Amino acid sequence: MSSNPAHNASETDTHQVLTFVLGEETYGVDILRVQEIRGWSAVTKIPNSPPHVLGVLNLRGSIVPIVDLRKRFNLAQAEYTAITVIIVLTVRSEAGRRDFGVVVDGVSDVVDVAAGAVKPTPDLGSRAATDHIRGLVAIAERMVVLLDIDKLIGAQMTGPLADAAALSEAARAA
Amino acid sequence: MAMDLAQFHEAFFEESFEAIESMEAALLKLDVGAPDPEVINTVFRVAHSIKGGAGMFNFADIASFTHTLETLLDGVRAGRTRLSTPVMDLLLKSVDVMREMLRATQKKETFDPQRVADLQFDLEVAVAKTAAEAPAAEAPASAPASAAASPAAPAATPAAPAAPAAPAAAGGAGEWCIGVKPLENMLSRGNEPLALFAALAEHGELAVEAAVDEIPPLATLDPHRCYVRWQLRLRSAASKEQIAEAFEWVEGDCDYSITPAASAASAAPAAAPAAAAIPVAPAPAPAAAAPSPAAAAPAPEAPAAAKAAPKAEAAAGGDASSIRVSTQKIDELINTVGEVVITQSMLAQLGALAEGPAAERLRSGLAQLERNVRELHESVMRVRMLPIGFAFSRFPRLVRDVAQRLGKQIDLKLTGEQTELDKTVLERIGDPLVHLVRNSIDHGIEKPEERIAAGKSAVGTVHLEAFHRGSAIIIEVSDDGRGLDCERILAKARSRGLVGPNETPSEEAIFELIFLPGFSTAEQATDLSGRGVGMDVVRRNIKSLGGKIDIRSTRGQGSRFTISLPLTLAIVDGQSVCVGEETYIVPLVSIVESLQIRASGVNRLSNAGEVISFRGDYLPLVRLHDLFGVEPRSRTVQDGLVVVAEGDGQRVGLFVDDLRGQQQVVIKSLETNYGQVPGISGATILGDGSVALILDVAGVIRSASRREAA
Repeated sequence: MSSNPAHNASETDTHQVLTFVLGEETYGVDILRVQEIRGWSAVTKIPNSPPHVLGVLNLRGSIVPIVDLRKRFNLAQAEYTAITVIIVLTVRSEAGRRDFGVVVDGVSDVVDVAAGAVKPTPDLGSRAATDHIRGLVAIAERMVVLLDIDKLIGAQMTGPLADAAALSEAARAA
Repeated sequence: MAMDLAQFHEAFFEESFEAIESMEAALLKLDVGAPDPEVINTVFRVAHSIKGGAGMFNFADIASFTHTLETLLDGVRAGRTRLSTPVMDLLLKSVDVMREMLRATQKKETFDPQRVADLQFDLEVAVAKTAAEAPAAEAPASAPASAAASPAAPAATPAAPAAPAAPAAAGGAGEWCIGVKPLENMLSRGNEPLALFAALAEHGELAVEAAVDEIPPLATLDPHRCYVRWQLRLRSAASKEQIAEAFEWVEGDCDYSITPAASAASAAPAAAPAAAAIPVAPAPAPAAAAPSPAAAAPAPEAPAAAKAAPKAEAAAGGDASSIRVSTQKIDELINTVGEVVITQSMLAQLGALAEGPAAERLRSGLAQLERNVRELHESVMRVRMLPIGFAFSRFPRLVRDVAQRLGKQIDLKLTGEQTELDKTVLERIGDPLVHLVRNSIDHGIEKPEERIAAGKSAVGTVHLEAFHRGSAIIIEVSDDGRGLDCERILAKARSRGLVGPNETPSEEAIFELIFLPGFSTAEQATDLSGRGVGMDVVRRNIKSLGGKIDIRSTRGQGSRFTISLPLTLAIVDGQSVCVGEETYIVPLVSIVESLQIRASGVNRLSNAGEVISFRGDYLPLVRLHDLFGVEPRSRTVQDGLVVVAEGDGQRVGLFVDDLRGQQQVVIKSLETNYGQVPGISGATILGDGSVALILDVAGVIRSASRREAA
């Protein structure tokens, strides 16, 4: 995580986070990684893709895969409706820059998060696959799970998440 | 002249790299026994123009090195230095060093000065030998004294080797006769003779004498033109090259000659014409559109110039009508045109639905648009096409070096250098070709004595050939060497457990083995080949370009590697097919036929899938909906269609719901943001903005057979 400048910065540094809702939980991603927010439209399925990859969309001429975070986190399935939202994010990995969209229930807000306010994810033992969580932060008495999207998607776009249930466990434990 | 030259650096590097390429090519063409003076001139001109550029941009080490090289070349040109194989090696090595120096300078890295100094020393020794051999003391070449002095003061001091040379050789006279005759456009190009004289005067005492006899009567005088000629006498310790540097800015705008005053007086005919030729030959830069200096000037003082200049002009003439454009700009253009193609097909779909009085006119307008867009697209794609000669050009050198190292005699034949292919393909095919050619030399061609014993000529032949076949480009690398040794390959494969002890694979299957990672039959790994990393990389690179490679080989007679590549990576003619809700594009090149078959035409092999009968053959039937996990409209064979397609030499029947139109589609990468998908080569955007996947028929066949096997 040393690559993340937010962690090396002083305690008072803040950065902006886009929060969104997924089922009962609120998640946050670094606003600088957000390319755009767009409404749901039908995707083209990719054969034999993992279940959380819904398919691909045309985003102004480039082909962008769409990931359903509910499936990624093993949450109950929701209907895709007109108000379902896709957040297009950019990840950086050794392979270079990749764009992908995540389907979420709704976008909430953009909030300032002070680096000191971010609490580490509690150790949940071997069941916890919490690599993709950068930390937890309380915003207006709600716990927001800050996602490290590079870890979430970057290397293993097509791979399964080791133990997704751990995430909600992490939430409860916090 | 306090202008910022840095903005021209990139152009200088680009031109210099090209110039070095042409220099290398020219050197390789040279016959050591009977060198063609024109070729030597070409090489000399290249070295000269690089030196000029490097001097202008203050790349002192490059300028210094090329200066020494130029001196040697000058000796070769004037016949003072005999072109021998060691000299040739030296020249080729210099080409390498120059290229590396340029590259290092371009990247602002430091280049090992010792290497430069060593080679420069060798060059100087070669020059010095010449000077010792030639009794004519007026030769403007480095004296041995300078050669001895320079290793101590290497590349960083450009003037060091040159400074003591020429005047000392010129018998201590140190006086130069300089003739300057401006061409018509010298003044209009902003060149000021006075500034030139000022620059010359920096070298020493300058006496200027103007010849005004050509000034016409006032009535006919063109005030923008310079009618005056000058005769200058410069008393200076500077070398001829140093003096010539003052003329770099006016190159092409005026004729000039620089002769040592003493030698001009004592008339050394051997040196004088050669000397005159140096400055007049224009630099072979494509931008040099200046009128031929030789044509404009009667040039009585430069008889050699008249011969040299038109030829140089002709060499540069081919490039004069081209411009340099960055590939990024071209790619942007291609992308935009791709978007236009998509918009056009969207409009065509809408137009088909239009009704009313204007609909017919709209449709004819759209048809016109479609034609124009197609033409536009083709023209833009052609911009990216380059002759494969660019990839071939490195081979003469490579073959020469490798053959020399291995003690083999090899004749390299190149054919079809003009065959054009996409720049991306061209860039990525280079390395696989190098591997194949090296393999041919290392494994294929035998040593001369072995060849003679086998009844062949001592000189082996490696043939690189490129040509078009349909919408593919074929590149063949063939040799007349010993051919692939099936038994050894098989033995090796058996020893490594790749082939069972009782299996006897076909010849093709054996050849296929050499593409396996880590497979090498070379007894001893050399630095050339034998580490077994080559062929699988070759195959992978070629596959990533959408191509394939085949081997044919006859024991004792040679082998032939045939690479077939798509012409371009950016576009494909496709047939849209529907499976359930999804649309897929099948490349037209892989479609053999589409047909409807009755349910009775499908036979089930016990547990091994279904086959259909097609023209007397049985083909496996692949249900795309099964393979891709899509819900189809119907599972009954007669409700849909079967597309017979071919990939990797295998045929297969693809069961789909329906066919849609044929269209050209722009290939978009799935890998950029997602990853590789078996059976899918990419994606495209349809007229309605939705995404369709493009089938990779060979991949579909592989995935299907894996499923059957599982």
